[in-house]
Amino acid sequence: MVTLDDTVLTEAGLPASHQGRILLIACGALAHEVLALKRLNGWDHLDLQCLPAKLHLYPDRITEEVTKSVAVHQSTYSAIFILYADCGTGGLLFEKCKELGVQMLAGPHCYSFFEGNDIFLARSETEFTAFYLTDFLVRQFDAFVWRPMGLDRHPELRDMYFGNYTKLVYQAQTDNPELDVKAQDCARRLGLAYERRFTGYGDLAVEMARVAEG
Amino acid sequence: MADDEIILSELSDDELVLQMHDDLYDGLREEIEEGVNILIARGWAPYDALTKALVAGMTIVGADFRDGILFVPEVLLAANAMKGGMAILKPLLIATGAPRMGKMVIGTVKGDIHDIGKNLVGMMMEGAGFEVRDLGINNSVDKYLNALDEEKPDILGMSALLTTTMPYMKVVIDTMKERGMRDDYIVLVGGAPLNEEFGRAIGADAYCRDAAVAVETAKAFVARKHNRPNV
Repeated sequence: MVTLDDTVLTEAGLPASHQGRILLIACGALAHEVLALKRLNGWDHLDLQCLPAKLHLYPDRITEEVTKSVAVHQSTYSAIFILYADCGTGGLLFEKCKELGVQMLAGPHCYSFFEGNDIFLARSETEFTAFYLTDFLVRQFDAFVWRPMGLDRHPELRDMYFGNYTKLVYQAQTDNPELDVKAQDCARRLGLAYERRFTGYGDLAVEMARVAEG
Repeated sequence: MADDEIILSELSDDELVLQMHDDLYDGLREEIEEGVNILIARGWAPYDALTKALVAGMTIVGADFRDGILFVPEVLLAANAMKGGMAILKPLLIATGAPRMGKMVIGTVKGDIHDIGKNLVGMMMEGAGFEVRDLGINNSVDKYLNALDEEKPDILGMSALLTTTMPYMKVVIDTMKERGMRDDYIVLVGGAPLNEEFGRAIGADAYCRDAAVAVETAKAFVARKHNRPNV
């Protein structure tokens, strides 16, 4: 079994193991969930390569990095599937995937597909003052939120960033009391109310099943 | 007091303005407020203090942000410092009658609560001599259109941070077209997930990738509008 280090997933990603005929190119923030689904379903024909999760801090680089990865791997796999949603690329990733002839996840971002895109869309009418964290982002809160926003050096900026938010919603992929406690602490640090919402793997599981059968 | 501490009031005008650029860059609000007060006490016109000390300083910050030298936290600190200086200058600018470039109504679209970029644009537009009516966040098409009716601005600015909310800009522009008022306004759009192609596709006049570009674009469009013959 692959041992995952969140710092490595954030900074460097995860190389493909070259075992399996279908390659999933995913965000490093999804590695735990993708490998769990692979394991649970016995999808040994799916291989996984993760790009560094920190690309989310520079969404304009995601399309370029996905394109490079497809170019490197397309001759060695029978099919490639992109486990990114739009993720702040403003439709550019979707257009590029179309051009490359590869499919990608539907939806705007992981908060949406973990909850289920239809449910998330329906909620977004009334829940747009929520700040979302997933299991990965709770574990990596300081690396993805606190430090990049400069809140470690300038806590006085907090309300400029989060003043319009009302609550932090922790979308739990797993039942992990430790993460629940940590997520509550994240909410406290941001000055937001807290809600834990179990989502499981949502549309990610549905899409991976479809790819695995294809 | 440290030996190397700079006493702003002991600096010449030129040295003080350069020091204020440095202080803005470092996000030092109190120093900026002190510098503005010194310039005014020395008889500077409020408009000169605004443009030569604050706007010029923020332009350096904006350029370094665009070049990846500064990041959002540093820009926010600089903006906060500029805000301090602007608060002193605003009433003086009104009293002394600074040149007016035009008027802008600006707001973040419906379903979106992100206002950092929008606030920066509003502040830089004010610094460039535009009168700005800020509608805040989560604006419906009716709120935008009511503000246009009330304010009769030259420019409508719309901002969105989310892929899910940016399509709402098209709703606003399409409604303006339906009501036959689209061509009465310059429509500028901005926000992290947007790009030029999106701006064109929804019928905006321009996509502005940052606050400095927004100011330059606004100036160019307003100049063009004012040069247009009345037919």
